[in-house]
Amino acid sequence: MTALRTWLLDDSPASRLQANLGRAWRVWSALLRNPLAVVGGLIILVLVVMAVFAPLIAPYSPIGQDLANRLTPPSAAHWMGTDELGRDIYSRVVYGARITLLIVTMVAVIAAPVGLVIGAVSGYFGGWTDRILMGVTDIFLSMPKLILALAFVAALGPGIENAIIAIAITAWPVYARIARAETITFRDSEFIAAVRLQGASAARVILRHVLPLCASSTIIRVTLDMAGIILTAAGLGFLGLGAQPPLPEWGAMIARGRNFILDQWWVATMPGFAIILVSLGFCFLGDGLRDVLDPKQGGKQ
Amino acid sequence: MAFEPSVNKKISGPALIGRARDSALSLASFAVVLAGTFLGLLAITFFIGRVVPIDPVLSVVGDRATKEVYEAARQAMGLDRPLIVQFFSYVGDVLTGDLGNSVSTGRPVVDDLARVFPATLEMATIGIIIGVLLGVPMGVLAATRQGSWIDQLIRVLGLLGYSVPAFWLGLVGLAVFYAGLGWVAGPGRVDIFYDGLLEPVTGLYLIDSALAGEWDIFWNAADHLALPASILGFFSLAYIARMTRSFMLDQLGQEYVTTARVKGVSERRVIWRHAFYPIRIQLITVIGLSYAALLEGSVMIETVFSWPGIGNYLTTALLNADMNAVLGATLVIGAVFIMINKVSDVLYRILDPRARR
Repeated sequence: MTALRTWLLDDSPASRLQANLGRAWRVWSALLRNPLAVVGGLIILVLVVMAVFAPLIAPYSPIGQDLANRLTPPSAAHWMGTDELGRDIYSRVVYGARITLLIVTMVAVIAAPVGLVIGAVSGYFGGWTDRILMGVTDIFLSMPKLILALAFVAALGPGIENAIIAIAITAWPVYARIARAETITFRDSEFIAAVRLQGASAARVILRHVLPLCASSTIIRVTLDMAGIILTAAGLGFLGLGAQPPLPEWGAMIARGRNFILDQWWVATMPGFAIILVSLGFCFLGDGLRDVLDPKQGGKQ
Repeated sequence: MAFEPSVNKKISGPALIGRARDSALSLASFAVVLAGTFLGLLAITFFIGRVVPIDPVLSVVGDRATKEVYEAARQAMGLDRPLIVQFFSYVGDVLTGDLGNSVSTGRPVVDDLARVFPATLEMATIGIIIGVLLGVPMGVLAATRQGSWIDQLIRVLGLLGYSVPAFWLGLVGLAVFYAGLGWVAGPGRVDIFYDGLLEPVTGLYLIDSALAGEWDIFWNAADHLALPASILGFFSLAYIARMTRSFMLDQLGQEYVTTARVKGVSERRVIWRHAFYPIRIQLITVIGLSYAALLEGSVMIETVFSWPGIGNYLTTALLNADMNAVLGATLVIGAVFIMINKVSDVLYRILDPRARR
């Protein structure tokens, strides 16, 4: 164990693998020393476990109706009570983790690469390419995100895929800005010049040498943005524009509980707690990651 | 910011002209950026209107129309022209205030929007007032007493502001403060028997009722406003307090603050005169951003509180697939949002001499 640690923390690594592993180890151990980041990480871990093992964790089916037990308050049998069709709210919240995880992952997978490529191309080439691409980026940045997402879903039609597309359309400009700023700082540095002199194409320089350097600031930004993405997705679900019934999407569950909020408060409140907890988890983890990966920024908070 | 050796020179004629030219240039470039952004907004709404999977022609002629009728309608609606021509005619329509008719209300969208906008404005304005009046002092206190309970409170509020869904908070607020405790009135702008009694002058119920001397209505409207405006206020408070705290910490760490303290200036004067005074310009930007965010956030809150504002109009239109109304509302909210953001940006540049260069 100690030998492994010494090897990982070696100041003059013998191979690229050793250097990468050593860096990962340092980030990991710094994260573990940050209590909020650990709490955030644990919350996300619980979310992922819930999503993966939903059938094992949920005591009931998320869509199984039991009209004899409609709107029962939280009890030992139903931890979070039941809704107007007698469905177990806890089980629906557990299955809802799948939808939330799907949405945030898909938005990140679509928006981050698109933004990164646009930003890196813009920063690398400069000139008119930069002006046009950043003009478009700035226009999207200055729009109200939720309204834009709503309008896109209105055009595309309700549904989980369209909600993902609409949120991704509003999410990419931030990453373009980050990638551009990073690219400009090392565009004229010697290692880039060296690769270019070896005959590497612009695409190769951007993909292999520029984008990897944008990774850490993008990861921080994506993690911090997750809370906003979850809230927007829940908002679309609440308006009936996101996941459609009977899917147990948390925002849609709150919308259904709205009619019973005065007497059967648990129907609407329970999914809300799930949303808050998961959003907080991403905030904590994002803050922790920023402290570790970007000490310049973290110190200011 | 680069360090500039400051030579205290008197500004003479040519320099003054130069400065005037600079501000004229920056105003011109501001106008260009603003126009470009608005054009971008129009391009986006135009695009959204065009990618609608529902065929706009079919919705007029019905799906049993013959090919000839369909083509005639298509030409009458101008959909056979090149996209770019359609875009320019769309821009022309918008500039002349023609946003089309709403399918559900049957009236021009512009008239609908003018009717509902004051309701949103009233709620968001009360919300930002709450946010500023509470958020700024809280932020200052937190910065001067780091680690105290108020500092911790602002941290927690800031995190909650990022992670609590506004519509959920609205529902819980209704359950607790309206149904449970009975402290505030329920959904809507006024009680049903006051509805329609007020002659709209500004459309803002608080002002209209005060002008008419109808104090019953005034207090009833205030009662209805209290909860939704407080919830909006909470979100802006969370943001404003956090930003005020961080600006204040920056200032309190400056050497001139230490100098003032060493000179024996009272703590109160150090805080408000020496540290707070310079950050008020940065705060304008933050408050502007927060106000714009409230206009957007009111969409969800209005839905929960059945508040007859632009957000409610937008969500109702969404559910009815009333695209003219959706795009019109998007355009207006987007334009106001951009306007507030850009104007607070410009104000910052005009007021802060360091940001001029």
